[in-house]
Amino acid sequence: MESDKVTADMLEAMEFPHLSQRYGVMGVPKTVANGKGVAEGALPEEYLLANIFALIEKDSGS
Amino acid sequence: MVLLNDSVRAEAQKRLKGLVNPVKIVNFTQEIECQFCAETRRLMEEIAALSGKLSFEVYDFVTDKDQARKYHVDKIPATVIVGDKDYGIRFYGIPSGYEFGTVIEAIVMVSKRESGLAAATKKKLATLTKPLHLEVFVTPT
Repeated sequence: MESDKVTADMLEAMEFPHLSQRYGVMGVPKTVANGKGVAEGALPEEYLLANIFALIEKDSGS
Repeated sequence: MVLLNDSVRAEAQKRLKGLVNPVKIVNFTQEIECQFCAETRRLMEEIAALSGKLSFEVYDFVTDKDQARKYHVDKIPATVIVGDKDYGIRFYGIPSGYEFGTVIEAIVMVSKRESGLAAATKKKLATLTKPLHLEVFVTPT
């Protein structure tokens, strides 16, 4: 809601086993950003945000 | 068959009293519904009936291809929570158990145009220049 760039999906892991397997979902909630895992378990907002932006910066740098 | 029991219905209705702007619940299923497709559709229908601010649309993932494309829906059951515009919020699979509350929360957020995120988070997200696709895997606990 805070950016038009963001799309956010909630997926029921058991109903989409092929996706859970692709991202190696071992525990929930598992958060994936642009196809890469950024968090396993519920992280405080600021840590989750930091992980997401670390991935974005890494991806744009390479 | 009714999915929501009286206490869950009452609690959801209480939370939906806070709705400000109309919200559209868009559900994708298919003609021969998979088990969770049928349950998800019924659940969303029941939620939509809880407030006059809520409307409900259902599409067939196979035959309503234009709608599926419009909402970028690539698997079912899918539920899109739409406000004055599409905020990119999707629920794939049946949001039961704890996730039922998440759906209600998403509806309230979209209706109020308020994500509830910290000011610093909002500021950071506003700096995004490239698409960010988040997927959160959950289980119905």
